[in-house]
Amino acid sequence: MDRARQRALARICGQRLLQAAIVSLLVAALCFLLVQQLPGDMAFRIAAGRYGYDYVDAAAADAVRQELGLARPAWQQFAGWLGQLAQLQLGQSLVSGGAVLAEIAHHLGATLQLAAASVALALGVGLPLGLASGLAPGGWADRLTLGYSVLLRALPPFLLGLMLILALSVQLGWAPAAGHGEGGNLLLPALTLGLGLSGLTARIVRDSVLAVVRADYYRFARSKGLAPWRVFLRHGLRNIGVTVVAYAGVQLILLIEGVVVVESLFAWPGVGHALVHAIFWRDVPMIQGCTLLLAWLFVLMNTATDLLCLAIDPRGPAES
Amino acid sequence: MTPLTSRAWPQRLGYVLLAAVLLFALAGPLLWPDYAGQQLMRFLETPSLAEPLGRDQLGRSVIARLASAARLSLWLAGLCVLSAALLGCLLGVLSAWRGGWTDTVLRGLADGVLALPGLLIVLIFSAMAQGGFLTLYIGLALAQWVEYFRMTRARSRLLLASPHVEASRLLGFGPAHIVRRHLWPELAPMLLTMMSFGLATAILALSTLGFVGVGIQPPMPELGLMMTEALPHYSEAPQLLLAPVAVLALTLAALVLLRPLEVNP
Repeated sequence: MDRARQRALARICGQRLLQAAIVSLLVAALCFLLVQQLPGDMAFRIAAGRYGYDYVDAAAADAVRQELGLARPAWQQFAGWLGQLAQLQLGQSLVSGGAVLAEIAHHLGATLQLAAASVALALGVGLPLGLASGLAPGGWADRLTLGYSVLLRALPPFLLGLMLILALSVQLGWAPAAGHGEGGNLLLPALTLGLGLSGLTARIVRDSVLAVVRADYYRFARSKGLAPWRVFLRHGLRNIGVTVVAYAGVQLILLIEGVVVVESLFAWPGVGHALVHAIFWRDVPMIQGCTLLLAWLFVLMNTATDLLCLAIDPRGPAES
Repeated sequence: MTPLTSRAWPQRLGYVLLAAVLLFALAGPLLWPDYAGQQLMRFLETPSLAEPLGRDQLGRSVIARLASAARLSLWLAGLCVLSAALLGCLLGVLSAWRGGWTDTVLRGLADGVLALPGLLIVLIFSAMAQGGFLTLYIGLALAQWVEYFRMTRARSRLLLASPHVEASRLLGFGPAHIVRRHLWPELAPMLLTMMSFGLATAILALSTLGFVGVGIQPPMPELGLMMTEALPHYSEAPQLLLAPVAVLALTLAALVLLRPLEVNP
């Protein structure tokens, strides 16, 4: 590995680490704000949680206030909040009483399973469609892909999920509408999320294939007499790949947002489902834990995208 | 603006659809003003001339609720997009203009926000909102300003370093003139495209929150919320569910069609 490559690698990792730190700070600040504006006296609530509602009086609440420093100015409390986060003490869920870290770890598996299945589906549908339309722009495959992607853009994940439930589950009875643990349960959520992503995938693949096919180096390779498939493998694939992977970052946003929506729609027990329920119950430690986890997952996958781009295209990203 | 007839047909269709939705959202609440009145004796009434979409499970007029929900979605989303664009552009130009520390701090902040998918920001704010408009509005606007910030900053940096701006400065023109004469004409067309995109995102986020049950709270009619409420009655009165679905899908389709479809034809 040469010097320039190492420098690019270090820059990517450094930038993404910084991004992860800033986003953690942001989430912590928002959650702290959320706690501060919840109605009621926090000291009373914590005291009630400790001693039971029948045994709380002003003296017990004052003792809690003294002990936890709830009377301190807000910025000191915020510093304490951040300190806990820095030690990865995410606290306990206010609803179930379990440690947030353990609860989230429990949900993470289901989320990853759903995400992997949907991405595989999106690629399986989007890649062939995009290739077919990019290699023959204006043809029937191209028009089909255009219509398909516009239709899916106008159909947000929860509407698509709703329609799939009504069609496949209610009318035809092919798949269970909700649940987890049995074979068919993954079908509808993965179909919803995967189909939703495949429209954009097809468009991105189509545009990057077209850009490469029309490039001078590609036309030159064709005109010097190479067979079309050889030109495609040798000159096309890598150049198409780098654009498609670079745009995967945009798709990751859709994936994470989709996970939250689709999981709550199908009662799929993942992180997104846990997050929405935590918001129902104003379970702040859970809200913070789930949001942080999703944000870190997002940064991590973006880093992977950057590294993959670097691996495909050794020249590194163009400096903007 | 190019005249409507010289545009491609998808864009024309987009304008027509958007106009229809706008008309419905503006005129509907005037024609059917009572969206909250319940008549429990008339629950799940079938559509008639006076009530084109029938009544829902509490005997409320579906078309009145639908019109009111459409109006709510459009104005709240519009307000969010305008605020986000304004904030993003101001910070973007500021960042490009001042450079140095201002630029570093703002860019770091923007990078951090970018690592948080918009829906997550809106979700946290909806936990604070408890059904209120203001917090939802702040959340939606804060989730979107970064795109405008990045675009304006990148473009403004190039423009501010150009010879035209240098000449303007040497001639003694102030910042107001430079922004109005040099930056705005370059930024405006891109802003419009981004705003039509952002409008769709905001409407979608709002209805998603409503559907999941953490956005606007009942009895206020909202598109996503109406769908959730109608779901149990689908077999008796499918129009309860299909009507808000149609309005939402048509609005989103209109906004998608407005943008040029071919990225590189």
